[in-house]
Order: sequence, then structure tokens, then C-alpha cells
Amino acid sequence: MKLAITNGRVIDPSQNLDGDFTIYIEDGVIDAIRRDKKPRGGYEILDAKGAVVSPGFVDLHTHLRDPGFEYREDIESGSRASAAGGFTTILCMANTNPVNDNASVTSMIVNRAKEVGLTNILPVGAVSKGLKGEQLAEIGEMVKAGCMAVSDDGRPVMNGKLMRHALEYAKSFDVPVITHAEDLSLSEGGSMNEGAASTAMGLKGIPAAAEESMIQRDLLLAKLTDHHLHVAHVSTATGLEMIRRAKKEGVRVTCEVTPHHLVLTDKSCSDYDANAKVNPPLRTDEDCAALIKALNDGTVDAIATDHAPHAQDEKEKTPFDCANCGLIGMETALPVLLKLVHEKKLPLKRLISLLTSGPAKAFKLNAGSLKKGMPADIVIFDPNQNVVIDPHQFHSKSKNSPFAGWKLKGKVLHTICRGKVVYGMSLRGAQATWQSK
Amino acid sequence: MSLSQRHILSVNDLTQKDVALILKTAENLEEIAHRPVKKVPALRGKLIGLCFFENSTRTRSSFEVAAKRLSADTLSISTGGSSIAKGETLLDTIKNIEAMQPDLLVVRHASSGVPQFLSKQVACPVINAGDGSHEHPTQALLDLMTILKEKKKIKGLHVAIIGDILNSRVARSNMILLKKMGAKVSVAGPATMIPAEVEQYGVEVAHDIKKIIPKADVIMMLRIQREREADGLFPSLREYARFFGLNRETMRHAKKDAVILHPGPVNRGVEISAEVADGPHSVILDQVSNGVAVRMALLYLMCGVKQMSF
Amino acid sequence: MPEQKLLMTEAQMDKTIQGMAQKIVDDGLQEAVLVGIKTRGVPLAHWLSRHLAQITRKTPKVGELDINLYRDDLSEVAEQPVVNKTEIPFDVSACGIVLVDDVLYTGRTIRAALDALIDFGRPKFVKLAVLVDRGWRELPIQAEYTGKRIETKADEVIKVMLQETDGKNEVLLKEHFSKR
Repeated sequence: MKLAITNGRVIDPSQNLDGDFTIYIEDGVIDAIRRDKKPRGGYEILDAKGAVVSPGFVDLHTHLRDPGFEYREDIESGSRASAAGGFTTILCMANTNPVNDNASVTSMIVNRAKEVGLTNILPVGAVSKGLKGEQLAEIGEMVKAGCMAVSDDGRPVMNGKLMRHALEYAKSFDVPVITHAEDLSLSEGGSMNEGAASTAMGLKGIPAAAEESMIQRDLLLAKLTDHHLHVAHVSTATGLEMIRRAKKEGVRVTCEVTPHHLVLTDKSCSDYDANAKVNPPLRTDEDCAALIKALNDGTVDAIATDHAPHAQDEKEKTPFDCANCGLIGMETALPVLLKLVHEKKLPLKRLISLLTSGPAKAFKLNAGSLKKGMPADIVIFDPNQNVVIDPHQFHSKSKNSPFAGWKLKGKVLHTICRGKVVYGMSLRGAQATWQSK
Repeated sequence: MSLSQRHILSVNDLTQKDVALILKTAENLEEIAHRPVKKVPALRGKLIGLCFFENSTRTRSSFEVAAKRLSADTLSISTGGSSIAKGETLLDTIKNIEAMQPDLLVVRHASSGVPQFLSKQVACPVINAGDGSHEHPTQALLDLMTILKEKKKIKGLHVAIIGDILNSRVARSNMILLKKMGAKVSVAGPATMIPAEVEQYGVEVAHDIKKIIPKADVIMMLRIQREREADGLFPSLREYARFFGLNRETMRHAKKDAVILHPGPVNRGVEISAEVADGPHSVILDQVSNGVAVRMALLYLMCGVKQMSF
Repeated sequence: MPEQKLLMTEAQMDKTIQGMAQKIVDDGLQEAVLVGIKTRGVPLAHWLSRHLAQITRKTPKVGELDINLYRDDLSEVAEQPVVNKTEIPFDVSACGIVLVDDVLYTGRTIRAALDALIDFGRPKFVKLAVLVDRGWRELPIQAEYTGKRIETKADEVIKVMLQETDGKNEVLLKEHFSKR
């Protein structure tokens, strides 16, 4: 099985590549990237004229809800959403039911993901048994079974001693600990950012300090344990500033931000739109600006979607303060992020690195690069095609997107995972020149 | 004449004209309460759903009396008596009520934004009878009516709102409405009870109530929920009463003609002492009668209007 | 332009009202109180009371009744009529009442006024005085005291103008008045 992708603008930040190349794929791996235009020798041809070809995107933060909450999402629908969004490697969080806090759940996810075979799914194991924040989960066994990191995401590890032990113990198995930084006593009862909007809406606010104080604690613990801490979904200017300083001091810390925290503020909650209810909450214009600055200056290692499917009954059909937190992001990430590129707030190459080599490097993943010998995980997208976000066309089972109706630019045309086209749009209305089997 | 709004969800939506129409109608309806037969047939055959998803005695009885004075039928549901307790969703409950063809729904809910949400789900007009810490528009309107009757004007008056501003929908609706009508508004209370960026309402903030009481033409005391003590917003009711309560001592600094409002129910001895609550400055009971009149006005103005395209 | 015809001048109105007052006294009803139906019934009631006072040297009390809350077409109007103040400053049960209105037409306003009055108590009697009766009754209602009785067409309108409400006193008949 040989495939050649021709005529596209290839951008691969892992090898500082940007130009017209032909990518040769053989047996699911990258065989070569060359300047020649006309491949010879039995290649199927995928013409990517006018499009950008980049390594498949890597999402360090998704919730696939499988097992336990398959009405929201399952591994198959999550895989389809991933492929449709251009993601070829995604990490899925442990807050399933049962919780992914032991090797058998990890194996189940890994096996099911392989059966579906549309995207590389790498589970994240729980830090604590049952996400209860009391006792360490069997991290070693989960890593053996395929977990790439550990996190109690969705809930913070409130107990500092447990967090310290998690960092120390995870160090023995060389997996990062992902922190969902939130001081529950400060955020208790809150359903949006604390500020003018929460006051006007009469909703209990979550102060930025609830997140920042925990980021600071975990940075100190990362320093103490000399182990890799990854800060999930940083949403505040001060939080980023603390990470920036820690990085300078040599603390082993990486971090991610989400597309929604980059482009939305707490004003999106007005009119009580529960689809804009997320944790950490959408913040302010100043925070958005600080986040974008941190994308550019290297403080942020990755953009991750925190794809969090919820059923309508849990979102817009319930009072705002009772609604679940989270929104789905894999199928909107590219056009939403390209908005920053089109507004000249972020260079395209930088964006691609934050979606590919950045996360891959942070978590030492065999992904996010088009170097020879790497898995042939590739996304081909048109950065200028106009799109209107329509949740009803999502492949995800859930529709909880605050971007519904947005007019944006940027469309994934093809996603290739392990050399196989897992998502394909025809170019300019014509049939795709190559279809998956 | 009719209101510019189909629903009454927030006082933000009301124009000055709306407010004038509501108050004028309320004043003219007030007289019904003093007749031997306290009932007019204006809303005969109309069904008004009183959907109180949060405990309430005052507001609910006020709406109920208002509806009955206008000859409307009422359908009452409250948290205890409804199937919400049995796990039915809010939307299911409201859809069931809607199937009984109400002409108007009055909604009270502990969650902010519920009346807005429900107004998009049902065909009839909705009145917000208090949602979470968001708004309580009918309370602000009845407070406005009470102040107007006492002071004959709003513009230029100094109104002090004292207490738990953070959790108070009464405070929010009053701040908006009073500012809209040209009053000067101050809020006061311990800093734990002043919400973030309250200045957006154009109000002055004080933590020492003695500083604003001498300036106030109208003093609006808010009810202190006892559970806020457990929440850590203040150390004890005793200390709260000492520093933030209205009593004979603090009233010594007040203007001679200052009037005192309280949305009720009053915690005697906490936010207001019994002698002040029952004293000559207090118009607390007038608020109750005016409440019925304002609610009658709203029911009349909103219920009678045929389906119009807004 | 609809044509209009002057039916009564101020002097004719005054004379008519004086005649009505005399008739009320002749019937022995000088103790009755007057209740004007808003809007134009109210100044008319005061006008009538002035003539009664001239005859009896005693000014009868005048109440004001707004009948909007008693209208039978509330569910049909597109917009709620503005509620005006009702003021009945006497105990209705203790007296006889003369209802006063400007024009008697379908009788529906009077029906509403009767219902409203009864909510204030049980009057000894209720009589009706109108300045103009134009016919076209839809309910079995008649006036005891009628200033002027005229035959009208359906598309005509009787416009009673009063100093207090319209700036002058006269009665007009407007033709081809397009009904709303």
C-alpha cells in the first residue's frame, strides 16, 4: 500500500519544513519527503493542491466517555470526531465509569480504540483510585497497559501530600502528571468566572485565584519532586506567568491551553448559554490576550481541546448553575484556531507546532512529525475555506458547542492515520482521488 | 397602551414608558382592595400558572391574590408538591403545565436564568418572580411604587441598599431600576457580601453603614439568610446585627423623613431591630399592599394581550 | 374627509342637561348620587350636579367609574385598555344612583358599569342618564333620562365634546366613520 501526497504546502515544525513537497507513504509510515512532483512506481496519488499538509494533530486532552457514559460519546464516535477534526493522536481522560484507575480499564480502551482504528487513542490513567483523591491508583500497571500520563482531570488532587506522591511515583514510570488546577474550596458553587458578568447574571463566580493557587502549589511540588508536571487548560494570565517563571527556573513543567479559552470570554455565558459553561471558566479579554501571547513566546507547549461531550439534558435543557461543565472541541479546533492566524495574532507555523510537535515533544509521543520512519499520521486542510459551525453535522454524539453558528475559515479535507485515509473530503467538489478501503 | 416586552424577566428590559404604565395601572387598580367585593372580572377565564420551584410564601400569595382580584384562575405548583422532587426535569414539568393552556406563567427558581430559559420554551408570557441571585423585577417595581408614594419622586433621591448584596436578586433589580429612574444608589454591607465589580451598576459602595445612612432618603434593608453564617460570610448574627443592622441607634443618624423598606420576611433583631421595623419610618407593610397592586397591573397588562408578533 | 354635522351647541347642551336635572327632581330622586362613567360621563355628571344644585340648593355627590376592567371584549382587543382611576367616595349601599354617560349606543358599557357598581355594594336603585341616545342597542338597556334621541346609521359616530376633555362643549355627528 503506497500513497503519495502531492502539490500541497507541507508544514512540519518538527523538522522546520515549509514548502511544496511530495510525501511518500509506505506501509503506514513516512517513507520520504521530496521536492519531485510526479511520483512513479505504483503510488496512489492524493492531490493536495491549494491545501496545507501537516502532521496529524495531537490532542493531549479529550474525554471519550467510554466506558460508562456512551450516551455522550464512545470510542467510535470520539474517533470519528477526532478524524474529522484532523487529530490523529488523542489522549483520553480517566473520568469514565468505571474510572480508568486500573489496567483492565486501560486495556479495554486500548483494544477498543484499535478495533475502531480511526485515530491513535492513548489513555490517561487516574492519579487516585476512583478519582477520590485519597489513594494512589495502580499507575505502574496502567502505564504497562498503555497509559501515557496520569491525571484526576475533572477533579483536582486537593491533598498536597497525595499530589507529591503522585509526582514521585509517576517519576518511577516516566509518565507526566497532569494537573487540573482548582482549589475546590474557592470554586465551590461557582459556575462561571467571577467578575462583572457573574455579578450581573447573579451566578456564583469562580475567582482566577482558585486556579492560580493550585498551579502554584503544583509547580512547587514539581520542583520538589523534580518530575514532569503538565498543567491542563491554563486559563488565566497570572497562571501562565507563574508557569513562565517556573520554566525559567528549570522546573519540569509543560502546559496546554484550549481553543475556547483563547477566543471566548465570560461574556459568552450571558443569556445563560450553558454551552459556554466550562471548567476552568471562560475568563476575560485580558486573559485571552495573555494566553495568545504565551502561545507565541513558547510558554505554552500545546493546544488541547478538552473535548468534553455532554447530552443536551445536561447542558442547555437545564438551569445554568446545574448544567455540566465542558464543551466539545475536536471538530471546531482548527477553524477556531485559524481565526487567530487570520487575525495575525499567531503565525500558521506556530499554530501547527502547538498542535503537533509541541504536544508530542511534551509527552514524548511517537507522533506529530513527518520525519522518515514516523507513523503516517497526516492532516490536509484548507485554511481559507469558509465554514459555518453546525453541531448537527458533528461526528461527535454530543452537540455542546458554544461555536454553533460561527462563520469561520478552515476546513479539514483529509485525515490520514497510519497511512489510511480516515476522513476524506473531495477537493473542490470533485471526488477524492483516493478512497480508503 | 401595552408593554414593550412580552415577558418580564429583567428590569433591564423595561423602558421608562413601561415602568410608567405599570405604576399608573397599579395605582388605579389599588382601589379594588378597598371594595366590599374585592374582585373585577377583567381576567375571567384566564389561567395563570404559579410555578414556584423555590419556597416562597409572600411572593406567591401576592401573585395569587393579584390573580384572584382580577378573576383569573390559578394553577399552583411548588417544589414540594411537584414532580421535580421525583426526578422529572424542569423542562418536563413546565411542558406539562403548558399543556394545560395557561395564559401566563409566574416563575420562581433558585437558579439564576431559569425564567429566561423557560420563556424560550413556552408559548405564553413569563413573569420572573425571582431567579437565584439574579433578579426579582416585581419586587423592584413594588419598591419603586412604595418610594414614589412616599417621596412623590425618584429622580435625585438617595437610596441606600444595605445587606447581602452578593446573594440578593432584590438588590440587583433595585439597583438597575432605581438608577434607570434617576435615583442615586449606594450599597453597603460587609465586603464578603459585596459582589465583584458591583460598580457596573453605577452605585457607590460603602462598608460602614453609618456613613451612608445620614445621606439616605430611602433605606432598603435586605434579608440576611441565616445559612450565610455557615458559608462564612460573617461570623455571627450577633456581630452582623451590631455592625450592619438597622436599629434605634443607627437611625439616630438618619434623615427625619427617611423611609425604610424591607422585602421581607424580616429577621427581627438581625438586619433590622423590631422597634425600627415597626417604627414610623417603616413602610414595610405598604410594600406588601403595593406588591399586590403591581402584580395585578402586570397580570392585567400581560395576560389580556392577544398573541402578538414580537 | 368624513362630513360632520353639529348636533348640539354648548347652550343647547346646557339647556338639555338642565331639563334632565329638572326631570330627576320631578321624579323625587334629588337624594340620589351621580356616578359618571369615564371618560366623558364624569364631566357630564358634574354638569348635571351643578343644575341639580341650582334647583335643590344641594350638590349631589359625584363618583367616577372606570369600566375597562368589566368590558366584555377584553379577550378580543389587541391591546389592554388603560385602566383609569375609579373613585366612589360614598357607601353605594346607602343610596340610589344615577349613572351618567355621554352616548347610549349598544348598552354594553352600561352593562359593565352596572356590574362594577354592584361590586361596591347594593344600591337602592340605579337609573341611567345619557346626553344622547343614538339607538343600535345590543342589550336590553334603556335610559330614564335622555337629553336627545336621534336616529343614526351604523357608520356614523356621535362625538360629545366636553370642555374638560376636549377643550370645548358641543355634540357632533360624524358620517362615514370607518370603524376600527
